Amino acid sequence: MPIKFDIKKADLFYGDFQALKNINLEIKDKEITAFIGPSGCGKSTLLKSLNRMNDLVEGCRITGDFRLDGQDIYKDIEITELRKRVGMVFQKPNLFPMSIYDNIAYGPRTHGIKKKAELDEIVETSLRQASIWEECKDRLKKSALGTSGGQQQRLCIARALAVKPEVILMDEPTSALDPISTIKIEELCQQIKNDYTIIIVTHNMQQATRISDKTAFFLHGEIVEFDTTEKIFSSPSQQKTLDYITGRFG
Amino acid sequence: MIITDIENKRTAELTEGVSAGRRGLHRFAEKTMGAVFFISACVSIVAVVLICAFMFIKGCPAIGEIGLSDFLLGTSWKPRDSNPSFGIFPMIVGSLYVTAGAIIVGVPIGLLTAVFMAKFCPKRLYKWLMPPINLLAGIPSIVYGFFGMIVIVPLIRNVFGGNGRGNSILTASILLGIMILPTIVGMSQSAMKAVPESYYEGALALGATHERAVCTVIIPAAKSGILASVILAVGRAIGETMAVIMIAGNQPRLPGSVLDGVRTLTANIVIEMSYATGLHYDALIATGVVLFVFILLINLLFNVITSKKER
Amino acid sequence: MSEKMKTYKAHPMSLVFSVITKIAVTITIAIFFLIVGYVIIKGVPYLKPSLFAWKYTSENASMMPAIITTFEMVGIALLIAAPLGVFCAIYLVEYAKKGNKLVKWIRLTTETLSGIPSIIYGLFGNMFFVIALKWKLSLMAGACTLAIMVLPLIIRSTEEALKAVDDSFREGSYGLGAGKLRTIFVIVLPPAMSGILSGIILAVGRIVGETAALIYTAGTVAKIPGLFDSGRTLAIHMYSLSNEGLHMNEASATAVVLLVTVLLLNGLASLVARKLSKGEK
Repeated sequence: MPIKFDIKKADLFYGDFQALKNINLEIKDKEITAFIGPSGCGKSTLLKSLNRMNDLVEGCRITGDFRLDGQDIYKDIEITELRKRVGMVFQKPNLFPMSIYDNIAYGPRTHGIKKKAELDEIVETSLRQASIWEECKDRLKKSALGTSGGQQQRLCIARALAVKPEVILMDEPTSALDPISTIKIEELCQQIKNDYTIIIVTHNMQQATRISDKTAFFLHGEIVEFDTTEKIFSSPSQQKTLDYITGRFG
Repeated sequence: MIITDIENKRTAELTEGVSAGRRGLHRFAEKTMGAVFFISACVSIVAVVLICAFMFIKGCPAIGEIGLSDFLLGTSWKPRDSNPSFGIFPMIVGSLYVTAGAIIVGVPIGLLTAVFMAKFCPKRLYKWLMPPINLLAGIPSIVYGFFGMIVIVPLIRNVFGGNGRGNSILTASILLGIMILPTIVGMSQSAMKAVPESYYEGALALGATHERAVCTVIIPAAKSGILASVILAVGRAIGETMAVIMIAGNQPRLPGSVLDGVRTLTANIVIEMSYATGLHYDALIATGVVLFVFILLINLLFNVITSKKER
Repeated sequence: MSEKMKTYKAHPMSLVFSVITKIAVTITIAIFFLIVGYVIIKGVPYLKPSLFAWKYTSENASMMPAIITTFEMVGIALLIAAPLGVFCAIYLVEYAKKGNKLVKWIRLTTETLSGIPSIIYGLFGNMFFVIALKWKLSLMAGACTLAIMVLPLIIRSTEEALKAVDDSFREGSYGLGAGKLRTIFVIVLPPAMSGILSGIILAVGRIVGETAALIYTAGTVAKIPGLFDSGRTLAIHMYSLSNEGLHMNEASATAVVLLVTVLLLNGLASLVARKLSKGEK
């Protein structure tokens, strides 16, 4: 598999606080990579650097080399183009207060697709990909905020897919959901992994073992260990990783 | 020993008596002040009831005497004629025209200013830009009128020439448009600021630019607050009196163009009140009633919209 | 910056929108300075000492009587409105129980009052205080009218200030056995004071600038009035002068005094209010 994201010597500061220290990471195409670690370890921060959502944070400084397919995402790629290629699903579902249809069509419309037929098709395909088409095909014109939390999160995934991204970043997408919805989302990740590179931040180690191919363990802003998920959870090479996966950290 | 004991006991009894007395006083004070607070709280209810009562009791018979349709739809206002006519239709139209004009002038500028203040303005700049906008609300209407008289009226006269003296619907619209700016900016920007940040982030993550996210997500999400600000502004504009009198021309006739002068409902009251007697006086109160009904309807609409937002 | 331009190059409409908002805000700010600047430049040259003579005559349209009348008006109106407004807010915040029907009515009527234009207040004041109560055109009639007008302002700012006081203060005071009254006056009111004060200052600003509600309640006589005499405040003075058209220069000078006073009052109000939010930190 070719390398999708190549991160070298990345440091990130919030004001005086260094949130990421010398991160080096290669993320392969069409794989699911999980970021695990205790809260405040920098895993979400790194995730947000990959589609430059950290630009919104005041006093945030980033140095180092972030490359997507060899292009520097902070220099060579225009920011909206980057975010089109690297989609994101947030911790809490954040559908817009509009109809389901308008939510899904928001991305394509943003990128200049205006034809109704084309939009209809994108909406349907995205909803089917997110396996939520059957549940909401009859209520596309109704407000998206009337659906359940789990449905909302799958709609958020569908909304992200509608832009046809190459990478999807997921920031603890199931932490606000019940177990059944969580399983549905995990299944969904498995279904779409052949077409997308997925990076998922999770608190839930079982989730990482269930869905990811690779796992990176973060601690205090550093990557302690990065390897195949199987290796990390069966025979990690670092003592700290072992401590974490056996539950000695909170 | 015994004596001191007795004395101690007596002192204790004494203080107890005093504190019992004080407690009684306290209870009395608590009760009286509670009643005072309660009565004060009812003052606004009493005031509204009184205002409504006086307006309607004094105004409605006059409308009855003139005849509702003659009063509201009559186009001739000649209260001092030997055969007087009391038609306030030109004034109703005048009020609506200048209010509409004010909305056309003030809403776009106000809304865009609000967008800038809420979503584009750097924090450091905000501190400097917001006070002048808020101070606009503090300028007395008489000063606005004065400004209109010495700046906007000559400007309109020079630009559009001849026709009249520059006292016109257009002049009034511009001035009222300025006067409603702080209302619109203040309320709309706080409505936009109240939109959850997650909507904005969601839009950006889909590749929208900052501007697109603001236009397509934040403004629609804040629309009820924005609408409420516009309604409030309509109330301000339609009720404005002194500034309008000084610049609108005040002719009680149906205007033919935006460069014609008009008289608003408010102006009608102020201009003629000083020499009105009898039915003429009552007809002015009735003019006030019509304005009052407009205002009450606007208030109602405002309440409906803001309470919907809370839900 | 070049980064931003790259984005704008790809999305020209975004650039257009961003520029339009900047134009709008420039217009808004410019209007403020235009008004203030114009009024000051136009009026300051006519601010002569003779305008502050004690007596108004048709040769010398002195604004001194009007200034004194304004002080009287503010004093009387506040004497009525401030206690009523503050007490009403105390009732709403400290006494009224949740779901109280009366509170709903108080809220509704207060909102209604704040939406009523000043000319309606003027009409009401004329019918009620001037004619029905037979007070004639007088300082008292004007002050009572204005008191009702600024009531919602004081109620709302006091209410907000009281609500901002942490409940733990109240609980602490009750826990020590203090009564309700003592708790309110000793514990709740002091930290809320700057909020209440800023509301009252705003009310002063409105009273000073008010015209329409006063013409037919307090009248337009240019003498220093007693309680039941007619008198004109500064704003009415200015209206009369510009309405008569004979003393436009004096009107310009009055405009300066009026505008500067009102702006200072508003500035003071927000300064006091800011002190409140700093105190909270």
